[in-house]
Amino acid sequence: MRTYLLTATAIVALGTSAAMAEEVRVYNWSDYIDESLLEKFQQETGINLIYDVFDSNEVLETKMLAGGSGYDVVVPTGSFLERQIQAGAFQKLDMSKLPNIGNMWDEVSERTATYDPGNEYSINYMWGTTGIGANEAKVKEVLGDDAPLDSLDLVFNPANMEKLASCGVYFLDAPTEMIPAALKYIGEDPNSHDPDVIAKVEPVLAAVRPYVAKFNSSEYINGLANGEICVAFGWSGDILQARDRAAEADNGVEIVYNAPKEGALMWFDQMAIPVDAPNPDGALKFLNFIMDPENMAAASNYVYYANGNKASQEFLIEDVIGDPAVYPDEATMANLYTVTAYDPKVQRTVTRMWTKIKSGT
Amino acid sequence: MRRAIVYLIPFTWLLVLFLVPFLIVFKISLSDVALARPPYTPQLDLSQGLSGILDFVRELDFENFIFLTTDSLYWKAYLSSLKIAAVSTFLTLLVGYPMAYAMARAREDWRPTLLMLIILPFWTSFLIRVYSWMGILGTEGYLNQLLLWLGIVSTPLQILNTNWAVYIGIVYTYLPFMILPIYSQLDRLDGALLEAAEDLGCSRASAFWLVTFPLSRPGVIAGCFLVFIPTLGEFVIPSLLGGSSTLMIGKVLWEEFFSNRDWPVASAVAVVLLIILIIPIILFQKNQQKQAEAEA
Repeated sequence: MRTYLLTATAIVALGTSAAMAEEVRVYNWSDYIDESLLEKFQQETGINLIYDVFDSNEVLETKMLAGGSGYDVVVPTGSFLERQIQAGAFQKLDMSKLPNIGNMWDEVSERTATYDPGNEYSINYMWGTTGIGANEAKVKEVLGDDAPLDSLDLVFNPANMEKLASCGVYFLDAPTEMIPAALKYIGEDPNSHDPDVIAKVEPVLAAVRPYVAKFNSSEYINGLANGEICVAFGWSGDILQARDRAAEADNGVEIVYNAPKEGALMWFDQMAIPVDAPNPDGALKFLNFIMDPENMAAASNYVYYANGNKASQEFLIEDVIGDPAVYPDEATMANLYTVTAYDPKVQRTVTRMWTKIKSGT
Repeated sequence: MRRAIVYLIPFTWLLVLFLVPFLIVFKISLSDVALARPPYTPQLDLSQGLSGILDFVRELDFENFIFLTTDSLYWKAYLSSLKIAAVSTFLTLLVGYPMAYAMARAREDWRPTLLMLIILPFWTSFLIRVYSWMGILGTEGYLNQLLLWLGIVSTPLQILNTNWAVYIGIVYTYLPFMILPIYSQLDRLDGALLEAAEDLGCSRASAFWLVTFPLSRPGVIAGCFLVFIPTLGEFVIPSLLGGSSTLMIGKVLWEEFFSNRDWPVASAVAVVLLIILIIPIILFQKNQQKQAEAEA
């Protein structure tokens, strides 16, 4: 998911087909595909592909709820997809036009069925975990060699955070990610929708709040990569991108990603077709193209996120399939949890609590 | 006939681009949130004719406005926005007035160039200019590197992600809106008036306060409004440069709209913001009219 540009919408219109040619409009997360795939799709199908990007589920959701977005394929995260399906924003997929659906991975499909029962409206694009990115050298300098890099204790224990504040800590500005993690830390059900249980994390987060430099869901990629911050609680692939950017810049910064050993949130970005899509047939062609094992593998090899396509795994490079930060081993996998959408009333409590934690008001 | 057309154009403009959108927002602020597309209820169903409209109107209420009073977040955010807008307007005036004054006093053939230099930054995207301030103000940024090198500070200053960064960003971004109206007033200033003041025994400083400043007041007031009004609802600058504790109504509005998906409450927040802005403007205009009448 995710980028370093706030709500940037880069429009990449490719190809030079005639003016009346068939068009498919795709709205995906930024930095989330190998762009040579877009060219390949156009060559194979002769359809003109218009590819736009976003960097927040909220922005996508608002477009879906407002209707008339003009997009044929969009990529919301599971819990957002769940609510948008309930609001009637998507159309059911015509499976007869998706011969590649057999390539999907049942391990992932079983989990995505929580959001999209029977996987009738969406296919998995990529998935990942939410965890801790750290500048190992700096953190050890501050906390000593036994710093708990793979534990929620690093970010939710005020004693650790007080010391880390000197080298900079960012948290995701996403209560639906941070609150489940804090619930896990105090031993509660991370997917609790009970306002009384959720309220228990307020003192936990308030205690570490003074040591958090910023709550933001995209700036930590650059922050980690250029050494401005030493710890970020964020999305797996983003932190791996920070690791690669630092390596490319050769600035002496080394970033590691760890899914917390207490358990990590597992999220799924799902491709779906809006109910008012101008070209649903073209959209199905795009989904089928993406589910081709080699194409899906090319995308994962490029962005360092795991995908839900079993057949693609033989085409993945060792850096991706062999990295437990991307494809967790079985022990970690068993330790991952998922969360579902809050109803509007609980959502309001959660947002309000989040504002209170962040601003003290 | 011709006069009617002249009046008609601005009125149509206001009607289509201000009143109609405002009424739509106002209508949403009276409805209730729902899990639907669009996410509020009731929807106006014109196919039912008059009874449809009546059913629609019956379901509207002021619940969301009452809700705004039950939570201290909203008035605190309004107050905090007013404070940030007032302080930044004052700072912009403080920086902008001398610049406008210097421009108006510069050699005649330099003035177009100076004017150009003020306008030039507009040719770069606003977003990119705010982004570059992140590079300047960060703990590893150019400003801190310079201060460390000069030995003025020993540890990097934390400026980015504080209200200071917000003030710097606003003053920088809105400076031309302050300079241009003041400059246009000062540019027209009759130099003979200052000579007369000096002949009558005024020092240069008192001539400035007694003659120049009062004559430039319309420009100062216009500049202050041009800075204050957009700053009050500002969203981009505080979210990029400000810290998480920077509380502004623009951010609250964003959260209501995007995080809570509560369009009705978001609309109510926007309506109240508009009222907060319109009242001082009307009072100010009444005052101006009175003054004009008194002078005439």
